[in-house]
Amino acid sequence: MNPEESNPEALLIAITQHKFCTGLSDAHLKTLASMAEAVSIEPGRFLIREGGKADRFYLIRTGKLFIEMYAPGRGAVPITTIGTGDVLGWSWSLPPYRWHFDAKALTLTRVVSLDANKLKDRCDEDHDFGYEIIKRLLLVAQNRLQQTRMHMLDLYKPPQVEQL
Amino acid sequence: MQQRSTIAPNSFDALIPETARVTSVRKETVDTFTMDLDRGFRFEPGQFNMLYAFGAGEVPISISGDPADSSRLVHTIRSVGAVTKRLEALRPGDMLGVRGPYGEGWPMAKARGHDIVIVAGGIGLAPLRPVIYHALRHRDDYGNVVLLYGARSPEDMIFESELHRWRGRFDMGVKVIVDRAPSSWRTHVGVVTTLIPKVYFDPIDTIAMVCGPEVMMRFVVREFQNRGLTEDKIYVSMERNMKCAVGLCGHCQFGPEFICADGPVFRYDRVRDIIGIREI
Repeated sequence: MNPEESNPEALLIAITQHKFCTGLSDAHLKTLASMAEAVSIEPGRFLIREGGKADRFYLIRTGKLFIEMYAPGRGAVPITTIGTGDVLGWSWSLPPYRWHFDAKALTLTRVVSLDANKLKDRCDEDHDFGYEIIKRLLLVAQNRLQQTRMHMLDLYKPPQVEQL
Repeated sequence: MQQRSTIAPNSFDALIPETARVTSVRKETVDTFTMDLDRGFRFEPGQFNMLYAFGAGEVPISISGDPADSSRLVHTIRSVGAVTKRLEALRPGDMLGVRGPYGEGWPMAKARGHDIVIVAGGIGLAPLRPVIYHALRHRDDYGNVVLLYGARSPEDMIFESELHRWRGRFDMGVKVIVDRAPSSWRTHVGVVTTLIPKVYFDPIDTIAMVCGPEVMMRFVVREFQNRGLTEDKIYVSMERNMKCAVGLCGHCQFGPEFICADGPVFRYDRVRDIIGIREI
């Protein structure tokens, strides 16, 4: 993971343009920018590791990552792919504040990395800000839950139709 | 080689199969194969034929070949039961019965001047391949052409070499996603709906064509609606137990519609209210 040089103005623009931040007020965008840094991850490198401390929240600017889990005997199993415009990680918002999976860059990936401890504190202090963040996180969680449900359906499994 | 035009569905001839000879069989996946027949006739993308494996029975199979190529008929078949297993056993030179083409196909004329977003799941790409052939052959008639294809795993993707070829074109967008993949896989993993927010199309001037498992189609429609596409711009291909293929026997009745004669392709608002009814 490589910190990228970026001036605060460019960082604010990157945050403003990110889908997760659509509709946030200027003040809230500036709050996010105050706790952000730009980071890039080379292909094959891990951004987060299962069991690690969940102290960052990532807005993906460009690139593609695998969310994967390691299964003994099977190796790394990709669960889903996330990329440009997505966010990574909400484990920072709930105990035990540990990552539940690995995230590995498939391509050169650039993210806005937010300090999750500061973000949490700010959410506690400013409930309007906190509500806006949690609302967005819930939407992400809802989409991921829906995708997981569809995944579990094994949609393309061959039908059991003896007659055909 | 005999050429003929579409049979009037209500004529007696529509129920009589003609013989055709298998000219080639290609394995697509472990349980899916593509079979070429020496008989050719005009068809519209999305139409299907009834294929008759002698002594085993008849099954409805979408035509997966090029509508502009009237020298042969191409079908892509998943081997799941007695009849399709018998079809799978056929080799070049063997005979089978064929009647068709039947049904209402994809709205190629209505799509003229629009972007086309094709969403296919699993073997659902087979009835949509003629759409791609047609759109690429008449490229100036359409705006952006995008294919989003979901499969169970990389090994379960059909038409893989064509997917690569289409993906290499400058005038077509292709995105592929699989449910399960090894870590050597280099593109999307997940469900096909997640690809919809990743492609550009103008919801005002887009026609979506969707074919795959019914549950997938329901979720895909919801995602399109989130992107601002209205139900009258979304077409789905339905599947039920088709027997006569001409709307007489009633086996494939779907509410007020017969899949074989009124479909298999429907504008979504025509089936919206019945697609989720379990008893249907």
